Amino acid sequence: MTGEPLALWAEILVCALLLLGSAFVLIGAIGLYRLPDFFMRLHGPTKATTLGVGGVVIASLVFFSAGPDGLSLHELLISLFLFISAPVSAYMLTKAAVLQQLPVDPRTRGKPWDQ
Amino acid sequence: MLAYVIPLCLAMLGLALLLTLARLIKGPCLPDRVLALDTLYINAIATLVLYGIWKGSDLFFEVALLIAVLGFVSTVAVAKYMLRGDIIE
Repeated sequence: MTGEPLALWAEILVCALLLLGSAFVLIGAIGLYRLPDFFMRLHGPTKATTLGVGGVVIASLVFFSAGPDGLSLHELLISLFLFISAPVSAYMLTKAAVLQQLPVDPRTRGKPWDQ
Repeated sequence: MLAYVIPLCLAMLGLALLLTLARLIKGPCLPDRVLALDTLYINAIATLVLYGIWKGSDLFFEVALLIAVLGFVSTVAVAKYMLRGDIIE
């Protein structure tokens, strides 16, 4: 930590957002590691991890905006770009997995290549 | 308070990175590995932003943005290769 300390409300807000974001990233990684087949594993990174990164980035926005330099919004670029790009890459990976006909767990609903 | 929360969050993100790395090594097929790489760079962005908060420095933001853009482009390129067997037709 450098410079003067933050205001109390900003510190509490930054701490809450950081804990929430890190918890979401960790849950997404656990899902990626533990779920049984590829189509279930896709949910961890595309939903939980993207939300977690959004939380951490907004915590950084609050932290630097409450500092001596005033408002700083350029962190929004990262979360905006991730929220646009994550569904696109997930869609292309799913198309590739459907094309390769990866093994499907019986609990996965719907076989995409039967339709 | 921030001095206690940030190391805790760094530990959680480090555990997430290790789990993703395990999936990257173990992953039974190619789309699994590409998905693990995708998750790995997203987690790296979160870790870099958190480190920037810890050091109170704005410099890590540019690094995170570069990783975001290049990671997305490389994921799309590899997915295109898996779909068509070719990147540029």
